[in-house]
Amino acid sequence: MIATLFVDASRCIGCRACVEACSECPDHGGQSMIHLDWLERSTTVQTAPTVCMHCEEPSCVAVCPADAIKIDAEGVVLSAAVERCIGCGNCALACPFGVPKIDELAALMRKCDLCYDRTSVGRKPMCATVCPSGALFYGTAEEVADLRRARPAQTFVFGAETVVTRNAAMIPTYASALAVGDGTIERSPAERHLEEALC
Amino acid sequence: MAFLPASEEALVESFGPHLAWEPPGGFAARGKPDRAVKTHCCFCGQQCGVQLLVKDERVVGVEPWEEFPFNGGKLCPKGVKRYLQNNHQDRLLRPMVRTGRGFAPIPWDEALEQVAERIRRIQQRHGRDAVAVLSGASLTNEKAYLMGKFARLAVGTRHIDYNGRLCMVAAGAANKKAFGVDRAANPWADIAATDLVMVLGSNVSECSPITTDYIWRARDRGARLVVVDPRLTPIARTADLYLPVRPGRDVPLMNAILHEVIRLGGVDHGFVAAHTSGFEDVVAAVREYRPEAVEREVGIPAHRIREAAALWVQAPRTMLLHARGIEHHTKGVDNVLSCINLVLASGKIGKPGCGYATITGQGNGQGAREHGQRCNQLPGARDVENPEDRKTVAAAWGVPEETIPGKGATSPEIFELINRGEIRGLVSICFNPMVSLPDTAHTRAALERLEFFTVIDFFLSETARHADIVLAGSLQEEDEGTVTSTEGRVIHIRPAVAPPGEARRDWEIIRDLACRLGAAEHFQFSSTRDIFTELARVSKGATADYSGITWEKIDRQLGVFWPCPSEDHPGTPRLFEGGRFYHADGRARFHAVDYRSPAEDVDEEYPIILTTGRVVSQFLSGNQTRRIGPLVQQYPEPKVEMHPRLAAKLGASDGVRVRVRSRRGSIDLAAHVVATIRPDTVFIPYHWAGKRAANQLTVRAYDPVAGIPEYKAAAVAIEVLA
Repeated sequence: MIATLFVDASRCIGCRACVEACSECPDHGGQSMIHLDWLERSTTVQTAPTVCMHCEEPSCVAVCPADAIKIDAEGVVLSAAVERCIGCGNCALACPFGVPKIDELAALMRKCDLCYDRTSVGRKPMCATVCPSGALFYGTAEEVADLRRARPAQTFVFGAETVVTRNAAMIPTYASALAVGDGTIERSPAERHLEEALC
Repeated sequence: MAFLPASEEALVESFGPHLAWEPPGGFAARGKPDRAVKTHCCFCGQQCGVQLLVKDERVVGVEPWEEFPFNGGKLCPKGVKRYLQNNHQDRLLRPMVRTGRGFAPIPWDEALEQVAERIRRIQQRHGRDAVAVLSGASLTNEKAYLMGKFARLAVGTRHIDYNGRLCMVAAGAANKKAFGVDRAANPWADIAATDLVMVLGSNVSECSPITTDYIWRARDRGARLVVVDPRLTPIARTADLYLPVRPGRDVPLMNAILHEVIRLGGVDHGFVAAHTSGFEDVVAAVREYRPEAVEREVGIPAHRIREAAALWVQAPRTMLLHARGIEHHTKGVDNVLSCINLVLASGKIGKPGCGYATITGQGNGQGAREHGQRCNQLPGARDVENPEDRKTVAAAWGVPEETIPGKGATSPEIFELINRGEIRGLVSICFNPMVSLPDTAHTRAALERLEFFTVIDFFLSETARHADIVLAGSLQEEDEGTVTSTEGRVIHIRPAVAPPGEARRDWEIIRDLACRLGAAEHFQFSSTRDIFTELARVSKGATADYSGITWEKIDRQLGVFWPCPSEDHPGTPRLFEGGRFYHADGRARFHAVDYRSPAEDVDEEYPIILTTGRVVSQFLSGNQTRRIGPLVQQYPEPKVEMHPRLAAKLGASDGVRVRVRSRRGSIDLAAHVVATIRPDTVFIPYHWAGKRAANQLTVRAYDPVAGIPEYKAAAVAIEVLA
């Protein structure tokens, strides 16, 4: 019954409310910990928010030479400890989701810590509070099962490596499977309908 | 003469737009706020609840307001970053007068005296109607009411209109014709409870982002989504059925869908017989609109049109939503009526999860069209030409009926009248026609021709640069009042801070100006609450009846839906329950509509359809959002969106500079080559001014009933720049 983030990229409208809200979190100093990307703007308006998925066995922790990234009792992978981090960037290279950002000036890695200051007092993270489409949802698996038709996935296969995460990605209703990293974007029915337009 | 008093560069240097990135003193210095003020976003008609964080009497940040039921804390990026408009370096802090080299500060007394004197001088020489008043739909209900009263009783002109003329009037006129009332028929909760959402001409995800969540909540319950739009917008991308309509062809599409619905037996004959009139004419009118007969014209294969009709018939409950995409046309009213015909024929209105709404654009797009600042309207959405309505308002105002001037010109017509020399003086608030009106060259010529022009604004907009006297007014968070959201929900705008420097609250400026114009007895207001009390009283018995609404009730219920005719009435979230409409006989009206092509259709010389609209990070004419760094960064410059097939024909590729030409002017900008738009159509967002203004290209053609401009269909040619 733990609350966590459920990311449904199919609902994402690319508005960047999450990015802007993240930058307003009191200890973020105007920086956002979220990546919001166009998948391939030339052919689709599909966008995807990337937040830290909080892996069970995080690569970022494994490769950190300074032991700067801690995991709390709730399974949240914290941002790098300021006094330990050396800004080497190993974590950024190792993360299969491309989450950590290196602040080169401060020689510091920064990433999402699931809004520790909010979630630790029973509130939702900023991003999931503001997201106007529900692409970012914070709650329990039971709530998601009640509310949503799409299914959550917490297991990701990157080639030979399987990664299990605390946060979940929702599998879009029109897609047959969650494809990670094969480079293809499945066309939605609407995208096919546009191809039929009579000009 | 209202030529620019200095070069554009010099004006930009002094007044911006400059970009704000951080709260005062930077993020690190923000510290713990002194208070959080529960209010609403200053931008679109969704009017999301939000908390502004205040420290040392300055707005320093934002916190979601999760208890407000409409958005539950959800916000778009504009709502998150809107606080950066406060403490802005471009903020006007005192009144100014134009000089030979720009603008110079002037004391308030002198500024107001000069404005009053210049208005009177023009009126003495050329008649009362030689001065016009322009207002806006981002103003609170109180200010909208005040502007109408100001124009009619203080200035004494019949020419008062507002920028909602560019936004809500096509839907408003059609709603009035069909239903006898102009308000969303359903609260937004009904969207989440429906079985089919049909969205026409509304880029919901960018222009009313919070509505996205309502649509998804319906889909989570199994509802289907049909989207009609020439562009594959983010909401359209996931639709069950997407109909990429050719711009300006909404009537033949909707008539064909209704034709098919009739054939499929989807008419609710019991409802039609008991609660409507005029259906036979519509049946006759849509007879010729077979899907096969119209598919070429509307640009959608017949089988997809049939599919839409079938989905509509199969769904027990439907919600039809539309916005400017079908309304910004010379047949905007007809387009809306063709949608309403479908809703009425199937009896799908006035029930839980079942109904219809237009999505308002501006912050007070709903309320600002009810309280008497439209050229054809008196408070309570009353008719300025109806003798009974005139008598009622005259009695409430304590003036002889003949004191209230008759119907005036619409806001685009005001600019035509300026260019014809009939209007010589202009008072403007909350309106930036240099960006928002079609055919920018015509707008500029009009401003340059004015004998006297005064503007109340908080930033020096591209229009205010032409003013003789600029009166430094208030931002939304610097004043108190009410706004009526897209749902028809009246909500409370709470003041977070006081206006900075010598800037004053808009309503105080207008009241004082009214007093100087000799109308003091009608403007005895000491607060906006006084104005609301009068507004509510004057609206009693009218369609838009606010008489039972108090600010306390708004706070208690988190909003009150009008009509609310008495103190013990909770308000009316859903209209038309039990099939009762607002015409005298209680029946809704069908209107048979036939297809007319756009005012300016494509030809050999100008072979491409131009349509215009918004992006999520900017708001309307951009006077506020073009000054907020994170929003500008998101989409810094207008681009022309075109399909790869069109780009190939033109020899253009993504990022290449092209010139888009129409019969009015041309604009140079980068091509954005994307397969998410019809190949015969290009799109340019309209938020920018000067050489970047999309409205340099658009056509001065208006709906004959509503006067809304045809922003969504003009003919252009494109060439690649060397």
